[in-house]
Amino acid sequence: MNTTVPILDIRDLQVKRGGVGVLDIPALDIREGEVLSLIGPNGAGKSSLLLVLACLLPRRQGTLHFRGATVASGNSALAYRRKTAMVFQEPLLFDATVRDNVAAGLKLRNLSHADILKIVPACLERFGIGHLSGRHARKLSGGEAQRTSLARAFAIQPEIIFLDEPFSSLDPPTRDGLIDDLQRILRETGTTAVMATHDRNEALRLSDRVAVMREGGIVQIGAPEAIMNQPRDEFVASFVGVETILSGEIVKAGSGTVIVHVPGGDIEAVGAMKTGDRVVCCIRPEQVTLSTGASQEGVSARNNFEGKIVRIAPMGLFCKVSLDCGFFLTAYVTVPSVENLTLQEGQSIFASFKATAVHLIRK
Amino acid sequence: MDLIVEGIVKAFSLLISLDPEVLGITCLSLAVSGAATLISLFAGMSVGTVVALIDFPGKRIVISLINTGMGLPPVVVGLFVSIFLWRNGPFGFLEILYTPTAIVIAQAIIATPIVMGITLAAIQHLPRNLRLQILALGATRLQMVWMLMKEARLPLLAAVMAGFGGVISEVGASIMVGGNIKGYTRVLTTATVMETGKGNFDVAIALGIILLLLAFMINAILTQIQQRQRPR
Repeated sequence: MNTTVPILDIRDLQVKRGGVGVLDIPALDIREGEVLSLIGPNGAGKSSLLLVLACLLPRRQGTLHFRGATVASGNSALAYRRKTAMVFQEPLLFDATVRDNVAAGLKLRNLSHADILKIVPACLERFGIGHLSGRHARKLSGGEAQRTSLARAFAIQPEIIFLDEPFSSLDPPTRDGLIDDLQRILRETGTTAVMATHDRNEALRLSDRVAVMREGGIVQIGAPEAIMNQPRDEFVASFVGVETILSGEIVKAGSGTVIVHVPGGDIEAVGAMKTGDRVVCCIRPEQVTLSTGASQEGVSARNNFEGKIVRIAPMGLFCKVSLDCGFFLTAYVTVPSVENLTLQEGQSIFASFKATAVHLIRK
Repeated sequence: MDLIVEGIVKAFSLLISLDPEVLGITCLSLAVSGAATLISLFAGMSVGTVVALIDFPGKRIVISLINTGMGLPPVVVGLFVSIFLWRNGPFGFLEILYTPTAIVIAQAIIATPIVMGITLAAIQHLPRNLRLQILALGATRLQMVWMLMKEARLPLLAAVMAGFGGVISEVGASIMVGGNIKGYTRVLTTATVMETGKGNFDVAIALGIILLLLAFMINAILTQIQQRQRPR
């Protein structure tokens, strides 16, 4: 990727709120034009990190560089703040029309009336709210209000935009539409974006990189696929949707593959560990295939287990099937498949997954 | 019963004929209470906003004091303003006791905590992240405060009217520091007290109706504002 100076970087960041440490991040680089998502449970420090990056929360210790130049803490950061924008979970619109709301940031910069008249309509069109221009903010729906809030942020043509759970108060169809539009606009404008979210699917859809946060620190940062498929520890694994997490010990190590003994069975996995190493096996539910017979017609799946269905939980488009194969294994099965296989709780079934589907974390 | 009906009939004739004395009293009331409210706006809004926005130790106690001040008894204010403006008092040299200026001072002291308390509540009631949002849009501190006050403009308008409503209807301080001098410091409330004392119920009722009308207008506008909603 880009090897030049990052658009934004922080070093040795420590932030306390009410005497309690909320952030402790030794280093973080944000690359020009990328979309970085911060994911993690509530209280992980996502919002605080965004506020610090946006120079809206004083940092006790640490440096912030914008294109290599130091950004001082406190009021003197005005010049920097005028190059960035932030959108919160609540639209936080002003008691005025949509048009005046979107013009707010431009007015603060003393732009001429003529310029404002040029920029605002274009920005409204971009977010598909041109027809709402004269409507009062009080009369908008949730989705329209959040679009207005985003348009207001983009109107000032920020170099970096910070988004704090911008979609979490919207209903699913509205959210989907807005995510698509935001993705398109970020691409068109090339704006660098840092977004906090607790929804991993949102993060995967929008981001170039994902940072998983926990207790004020960044646990893992990387491409979405890397985070999904190679979580660094059990916390990240469970947070990114790995349903089966098993502790075990390597009992046999061969050329590139290992056998892990977990309570209740042996699992074959890809890895370069030594016999006797303690590991955690992570198996994503979508990697597990179920079948009624033990037939393994040409499947390269090395792991085959017979188990009893403990629970079938409908999850919308698919069902989450929990199996007891000596250890507990979870699989996602599409709703038609559940019907075709006539799956029932208590029934015996065969589960298989490839050795490459098992991600090992050294303990 | 006749007394009341007669009083009301006479009162309306006084109102409709624009009796010069009643008109004079009404104008002075509006002028004095208007000036007092204006002073209280500067003092109350600025201090109220600062207290709302800045966190400092003892903030809760300050807010409690302001809220207590909202119910300051006018007679107590009248007493202390009298003492201060008394010939031998610390500000006696100004020689403004029993002048409209003295009433303005006393009424401003009554209205300021009212305006301050409502301003404080109005600013504190804004969404907490709104401050950050305004700063994130590139505002300076001053621009941020100005935009917050603009956002709270409806409740702030309520503060103006509550302050004005508080002082135009107050009688204790006005009579103590103004003296109810005919054609000079006589205002609606002090005149009503006096005319009632003299048994001139028609004039008293006329003055009472004017006061009630003013109070009604203020409350009607306040209610109108309270019924409006905040945007998302």
